Amino acid sequence: MTDLLQATPRAAKDGVEPRRRNRSLTGEALALLGRSPLVWVALVVLAILAAMAIAPGLFTNVDPQRCILLNSRKPPAYGSWFGFDIQGCDVFARTVYGARASLAVALLATLGSTLIGGALGLVAGFNGGIIDAVISRVTDVVLGLPTLLGAIVILATLGNTGGGVLRLALVLSLLGWATEARLMRASVLQIRNAEYVRAARVAGASSLWIALRHVLPNAVAPLLVLATLSLGSYVGTEATLSYLGLGLQPPTISWGTAISDAQPYLASAPHMLMFPSLVLTVTVLALVMLGEAVRRAFDPRSR
Amino acid sequence: MIGFKTTSGGEPLLEVEALSVALGRGAGAIPIVADLSFQVRPGEVVAVIGESGAGKSMSALAIMDILPPTAGVTGGSIRFMGEDLLTMPAQRRRMLRGSRMAMVHQDAPTALNPVYSIGWQIAEMFRVHRGATAADARREAIALMKKVGLPNAEERAGAYPHQFSGGMRQRAMIAMAIALEPAFLIADEPTTALDVTVQRQILDLLVGLQQERGMGLLLITHDFGVVAEVADRVIVLYAGRVVETGTPDAILTNPAHPYARALAACVPHLDSSVETLPSIPGMSASLATAGPGCAFAPRCPLRRPICLETRPALREIAPGRRAACHFSEEVLADDSRAVA
Repeated sequence: MTDLLQATPRAAKDGVEPRRRNRSLTGEALALLGRSPLVWVALVVLAILAAMAIAPGLFTNVDPQRCILLNSRKPPAYGSWFGFDIQGCDVFARTVYGARASLAVALLATLGSTLIGGALGLVAGFNGGIIDAVISRVTDVVLGLPTLLGAIVILATLGNTGGGVLRLALVLSLLGWATEARLMRASVLQIRNAEYVRAARVAGASSLWIALRHVLPNAVAPLLVLATLSLGSYVGTEATLSYLGLGLQPPTISWGTAISDAQPYLASAPHMLMFPSLVLTVTVLALVMLGEAVRRAFDPRSR
Repeated sequence: MIGFKTTSGGEPLLEVEALSVALGRGAGAIPIVADLSFQVRPGEVVAVIGESGAGKSMSALAIMDILPPTAGVTGGSIRFMGEDLLTMPAQRRRMLRGSRMAMVHQDAPTALNPVYSIGWQIAEMFRVHRGATAADARREAIALMKKVGLPNAEERAGAYPHQFSGGMRQRAMIAMAIALEPAFLIADEPTTALDVTVQRQILDLLVGLQQERGMGLLLITHDFGVVAEVADRVIVLYAGRVVETGTPDAILTNPAHPYARALAACVPHLDSSVETLPSIPGMSASLATAGPGCAFAPRCPLRRPICLETRPALREIAPGRRAACHFSEEVLADDSRAVA
């Protein structure tokens, strides 16, 4: 045993430089993200939007439901920066209050589709064989359905039965998980054959332990990137569906419903459409920028 | 937990009997290993040596039950501490793996999970097999890291694999392998991916631990130099079959099979000055392409017609020595170790 210990000092030499302490790959990716100014811009924008969604009262003390028909279609002026809509409601207040529903739908739909797709992709990729074949075929079918058309058909069939944000998020999750499942499966297939997965098997770890502890953490990065990007697209989808009258319904306030209400008066009162659209666009842009930065941070080739 | 028998004395730990491994199934299966038999006793180092593709690693994977999905054991038996591994329930075999039999992998850099710290991965052994709490497992892991010569164990337990050098990763792998004090260890080319200077340290560590704990060690290598120093017995594989077994001393100084003789001749010596290192002419054969005769015959300087027609059986040529050659006596008698 003394021989063994004598080997120690030499081994100590070829360690790491002490400065960069114990950072995981995810830690390095996060550090890389922190260095990008674009990420900070996106994060500030998203933080403001999140604050709007959580506490709209901080941004305006005007009640978005208190509408005076006398003010209908009044353009922006002092005290009412964004003007008034067709019902005489304050557009700024409604835009602020609309953040909650719009972002909640996007967040829940992303969460739902990522969980469903991630779980199915993991099961399919890890087990292979007949389980993989069945899940992959179902994925192909769901992938073949156009999300928007599917959502229109389902929501139109369900009719105005209430449920609002949750129902919309659920429908979008059920139609949107296929891309996530495919990505996860491909990622798992690659990780499954890694040497450390075999090492864990040799160590006597169970399949469940290996799948959750070894395969999942290594395979999840591409899914996180896709989730960030799909947040943006779900904000847009919510607006589209609400515009068509199939998403959120009044009295729920959302950017989509505001755009929908304003559309017939585009020529005479463009401010009613412009401001909710502008906020919507900025939100999607911030999310896409963040998603792109996350993708780059997790891509080893960009290091 | 399931009670495991402890072995004592000369009773073999591992008995491999007529093991055959093939790629694929049914008629189209390609044989990789045929009729492999050997034993490993407690405290013994058995080396398996051969060229790439000779079936060394595949045999190890078959013993550990981690053959790739396309490959499978097609015959023979593997007994571990008196129990047949091939017929026992998968769950029991899984519990044996890691706790009673362990493996050090060829390629430590990729055999560690990049997203977990070294300490976590060593601690994992205690959590998987003993259901230890994270804190207890971590304490055990740090003790193990000290044992295998990883400096500043408390601090470095939180470091990730990419922050370790190749030698240190291999030390960590060894710590994981010996964590639960296995009776039997397979080391599959444990030093191949390392610098020459570090190879020495890792081999010393491995053999030191093996001696200290009286483990049976199956050392897979293509380095005859390593074999000569540490092995008690050597198994020379060629094209999936055993061609010679014996003590490293006997095989190195007086081989009984032309292939072993050629291998031994290829080991460079510091005290001899040669212009070019000897090599064995021809291509390494595989079990699938071998004819009815001796697989080494096409490359053999002693080849006679019978070699291409009849495969020589593995037979005892001296006490404790076996060789599969029609003309072993002739090879033994021939003192010149020259390769044709």
